[in-house]
Amino acid sequence: MLYSVIGHYSLILGLCFGLILVYLSIKNFQNSKILNSKILSFTFLQFFFVVISFLCLVLSFILSDFSNETVFNNSHSTNPLLYKITGTWGNHEGSLLLWLFVLTLFILIFLIKTKNQPIRYKILTLIFQQIIIIGFFVFLIKTSNPFNYLYPIPKEGLGLNPILQDPALAIHPPILYLGYVGSSIIFSSALAATTLNMVSKKWASHVKKWVLISWFFLTIGILLGSIWAYYELGWGGFWFWDPVENVSLMPWLALTTLLHCILVLEKRLILTSWVIILSISTFTLSMCGTFLVRSGILNSVHTFANDPERGLFILIFLFSLIFISLFIFFFFHKTNNNNLSNLFWLSKETSIVINNWFMMYFLSVVLIGTIYPIFLDVLSAQKISVGPPFYHKLIIPFLIPFLLFMTIGPKLKWIKSNLDDKIYLITLLITSILLSLLIVKNFDSGFLINTILISSAFYLFFITLRDFFTKKYTNISQNIAHFGFSLLILSILFNNLFSTEIITNLKVGQTFESSKTKIIFESIDQKKEKNYKSIIGNFSIQNLQGKLENLSPELRIYNQPNIVTSEADIKTTFISDKFIVINLVPNQDYFNVRYQVKPFMLWIWLSVVLISVGGLMSFFRKEYEK
Amino acid sequence: MYGRKVKLRFFFVVLVLTALILTVFLVLKTLEENVVYFQSPSEIKTLSELSEKKIRIGGMVKKNSILITVNEIKFIITDFKNEINVSYTGAVPNLFEEEKGVVAEGFLKDRNFFSAIKILAKHDENYMPPEVKAALGDK
Repeated sequence: MLYSVIGHYSLILGLCFGLILVYLSIKNFQNSKILNSKILSFTFLQFFFVVISFLCLVLSFILSDFSNETVFNNSHSTNPLLYKITGTWGNHEGSLLLWLFVLTLFILIFLIKTKNQPIRYKILTLIFQQIIIIGFFVFLIKTSNPFNYLYPIPKEGLGLNPILQDPALAIHPPILYLGYVGSSIIFSSALAATTLNMVSKKWASHVKKWVLISWFFLTIGILLGSIWAYYELGWGGFWFWDPVENVSLMPWLALTTLLHCILVLEKRLILTSWVIILSISTFTLSMCGTFLVRSGILNSVHTFANDPERGLFILIFLFSLIFISLFIFFFFHKTNNNNLSNLFWLSKETSIVINNWFMMYFLSVVLIGTIYPIFLDVLSAQKISVGPPFYHKLIIPFLIPFLLFMTIGPKLKWIKSNLDDKIYLITLLITSILLSLLIVKNFDSGFLINTILISSAFYLFFITLRDFFTKKYTNISQNIAHFGFSLLILSILFNNLFSTEIITNLKVGQTFESSKTKIIFESIDQKKEKNYKSIIGNFSIQNLQGKLENLSPELRIYNQPNIVTSEADIKTTFISDKFIVINLVPNQDYFNVRYQVKPFMLWIWLSVVLISVGGLMSFFRKEYEK
Repeated sequence: MYGRKVKLRFFFVVLVLTALILTVFLVLKTLEENVVYFQSPSEIKTLSELSEKKIRIGGMVKKNSILITVNEIKFIITDFKNEINVSYTGAVPNLFEEEKGVVAEGFLKDRNFFSAIKILAKHDENYMPPEVKAALGDK
């Protein structure tokens, strides 16, 4: 009760500080050579009060204070402490408070860390950022206040959705939001730099840090969500092209493109408009993501809130931001074309530009696939869904030239270049083709496309691998990230090509036999935990060589809310994952059993980690800190 | 005549335009091929012709209609006005249950028989897929 009051008033104070900050900044912007010291203190105070408010919500969750509506809706006194805490951001209100927390944190870091940039630029960035922050404050307080009272006070809460009671998903939202919100700084500073007409090499290397760190968190955030989907949703896949996944992929694609463009801008001072447009669209897409997920417009595996007023607010907010940014872009942005004239075909920047186009193409495919069903629903009330085949057909073929440019691009020099080392480039190309022919030779369908695809992925793989040994790379973090990407594509391809699956319905004691595998359903155990009962199935899997493997998938029947979740049992090795999951259809004797052997699963996760490590290394590199 | 630079630029613009048109065409065509329409059992009864394309059917799993054998799961989807028989081989989601909402994806054999390749169920007890809600009308 007490914490709700403190939390609520802290939020209002935070909003007041936001308004004061805008006023101070405008005054400071007009007539000052130095940054008004009050600005920094007020930014800190604003951050401080958001932290207080956030802590109050966390405390309400820990203490199971059901007089708070958010706690009542999303927590239960029997939840383990960890999931009481993570329940704070496992819902709409709490996650928006987390957004705000990160927003205010980042602008504080921005003000403290940004040196050697004009004062007016810092102030202007602060103003743009405060507009976003104030928007979120109003949104939070008006439509989704996390501190609403309930009276009479309920005795027990409704409980956290069991599929969210999981360690990977517990930290997934904060990490993802660090990425999303990081893009807000890029957005504000890009607008500020455009207005002041100071988009320069110096600005590029300054904003690159923010791009890298948001990109790193976004990558890790998506990875965590994907790992969670793999073992918790029980479909044995890691990416379903679900709208909720797509909305996190879109900002990632935009941010990755931006990351490469900003390198070109830093070195060559070209593509300025492109960088500005990408900065704007990355943040817009992040906002869109929040809007689509939180408004309940998307129907998907994990839909949360359903409140049209919220959706409308974010939509209006989003459109005003887009309008402001487009206005600034067209009004203030001055292009300097003089540099474009010495753009040669065979150069690093050309290959980056070409790959940017591919990336934009991937982005548009995902965008169309995600929002087309919404449009059709609104226009013609026809309900449709766009499935994985759409994305696969449109994206996979274009990965081939994409991979090739990724291989050759880094070998080229800026401005104008010739390929060195032609002999080994060709040798490795031939090796890759032969190797993939060897792997694919037993396949009837899709022979050609698979061979070419695997060859090009191998090509990137070998070339980046060789560069590690010969130390020929120009940039180690880039080499690591590209190597990781080739590993990712290879693992996904092999995973798709060589996965096997058995789905059957078994009673306890029954055995399923196919030509290669024998699945014996030995017994079931029952266990009682604090907030759920579990049924554990004991399976022995026997393969052709007679090797036995014991797997024990679990079904959890949660008390509050009354939901069944299945916990897959996965035996992970470097070569393959053995994955088994059971489901129980109520009032039936049969268990629905799904057994999969998925090669190189672990490598999919590891390669994404490798990619993000590349980004992180680039972030910590000294030479950019000029 | 025009200079080399102008020719190059012209060539470049044409290239980009062609690529753009081709891409738009490709995307739209693939979209058309891969869109899955959602229908309720009543809508299927009134279909003038059966399409060969993949569709989704949504409604409630009828009470006492689930029949499981080793290879197959059979059940009936109803929208309380009409119903359709579904046969399915594969994994069912956790919340697949009699008298609960369900969405089945697959192919129509005829107006009364549907062969499903994927089953989706709602994800928590309070949540009902919007399509199913619409298909069930006021219920």
